[in-house]
Amino acid sequence: MKVKGNVWKFGDNINTDDIIAARYLNTTDEKQLASHCMETIMPDFSKKIKKGDIIVAGGNFGCGSSREHAPVSIKGCGISAVVAKSFARIFLRNSINIGLPVIELPEADEIEEGDELEIDFEEGTIKNNSKGKTYEFNRYPEFLQEIIRNGGLMKWVKARYIKSQ
Amino acid sequence: MTITEKIIARHSGKESVIPGEFVEASVDLVLANDITAPLAIEEFEKAGAKEVFDPEKIVFVPDHFTPCKDIQSAELVKRLREFARKYKVRFYEIGKVGIEHALLPEEGLTRPGDFIVGADSHTCTYGAVGAFSTGMGSTDIASAMITGKVWIKVPASIKFVYKGKRNKYVGGKDLILYTIGKIGVDGANYRSMEFTGETIRNLPMDDRFTICNMAIEAGAKNGIIEPDDITAMYLEEVGVSFESLIRSDEDAYYEEVIEIDVSDIMPQVSAPHLPSNSKNVDEYADVKIDQVVIGSCTNGRISDLRRAASIMNGHTIHPEVRCIIIPATQKIYQQALKEGLIDVFLTAGCVISPPTCGPCLGGHMGVIGKGEVAIATTNRNFIGRMGHPESYVYLSNPEVAAASAIKGKICHPDEV
Repeated sequence: MKVKGNVWKFGDNINTDDIIAARYLNTTDEKQLASHCMETIMPDFSKKIKKGDIIVAGGNFGCGSSREHAPVSIKGCGISAVVAKSFARIFLRNSINIGLPVIELPEADEIEEGDELEIDFEEGTIKNNSKGKTYEFNRYPEFLQEIIRNGGLMKWVKARYIKSQ
Repeated sequence: MTITEKIIARHSGKESVIPGEFVEASVDLVLANDITAPLAIEEFEKAGAKEVFDPEKIVFVPDHFTPCKDIQSAELVKRLREFARKYKVRFYEIGKVGIEHALLPEEGLTRPGDFIVGADSHTCTYGAVGAFSTGMGSTDIASAMITGKVWIKVPASIKFVYKGKRNKYVGGKDLILYTIGKIGVDGANYRSMEFTGETIRNLPMDDRFTICNMAIEAGAKNGIIEPDDITAMYLEEVGVSFESLIRSDEDAYYEEVIEIDVSDIMPQVSAPHLPSNSKNVDEYADVKIDQVVIGSCTNGRISDLRRAASIMNGHTIHPEVRCIIIPATQKIYQQALKEGLIDVFLTAGCVISPPTCGPCLGGHMGVIGKGEVAIATTNRNFIGRMGHPESYVYLSNPEVAAASAIKGKICHPDEV
């Protein structure tokens, strides 16, 4: 899988209340959640971005709540991947489980707002076309790759368990 | 092995596990609330599941937006209720429900040595009874409801050793705010925080719940305290039988050992917009406040209400402040009534809310407006957490919150 898009840059400790404020959690509708994505810290984020764009952030992205609404709202906006120096653990799990690609990249600071990135998940590379630089990232461990290959956690569960019920 | 590693090993059919290893573990309890269960139910149904792995081990606690704040919230709770009836899983109706992380231990559903997962980040609270307990998302919970299992990477452990005598008004909240201030909001990311030392051994259960509750605010996978006599007495009170109390081995491996002398710690206040912005209360003296919230899964237990009432007794709330008291469960509410605490609060001019997460996450029952400042015994002070994106939340213990409500500004309880 490959994705290409322009960068929206965020800082450290972007928390789940920043990504989707709790007052919007009275729905599970992806479109409604997407329309409020990041609005606390960047009003009209969902209108500003183009489909396929990429979020690049600092450390501890997605800290705070366990609400899956956070990665759902990001995915729902049309964001194709999130690259960060590090992720909070529940956000990382949730993203993998729902099929939002997330990549840990210690050099995330070198990437700037508006840069065009090309991510190749098979090769494990991020090409910054605007800066002419290529980064390699650590791919997921085999255990998680199996879940990803199955198309997310529920498809994996379905393949293994539901048939036997 | 550490206590965390032992519990994970036992639940994944292994003699031993090491940090970094991926295992599939059986769960003893699966929790979801009115915000997170609907997504889990959708995934459960989409997968075509026909039954849950064990209805006794699944519990729905509608506590965030209840009593339902609007039509959409009512629809969410309705989905929980219908699913619970169909699949016979545990469901706490309004009138029985309380804030999940205060309610489940009180109901005897959390036991030492258990492996507990919940679609709520503060699920780590149950480490206080010696359980491995961690927050996950809704899809993880949907999967766990079907399979009774979750995948997990065994976390490395950090040991926090607390020594010395606590100063007046210093409780579990102050110890954990101080600790998060020291290591940062990602200081324990992916790892287990094990709290130990002579101070912890003498710490009452309610304070232990508060400490483990906020392990997630340092990014931890779980927070845990080895069970001891205090735990055993608590478990007896709530009617939990247990076979043995798991403890860490003498030679267990810790990635880091951090020693903290609590005699240096004064009551703590965390300034907006991160829990790690903690300092001695005096550093924030004279910050004017508009609202005080005493409650939440962090500090809404009976001893928290006793502490707040001990400060408020005979005083009245500052005329330019509103003070909201939220007993975390029906039982706590009833106990507070019996002890005359509710009378103290009402006389002082507080309003009493039914058990709910409510304003902690800006849901209802005390949302704040633009430019307003609150001091709360809750767990997060992120931007917009209690309401308007341009509002401000300070975190503290119940005594500091109560004293601030009286003075109209952040202050040390001794000032009252």
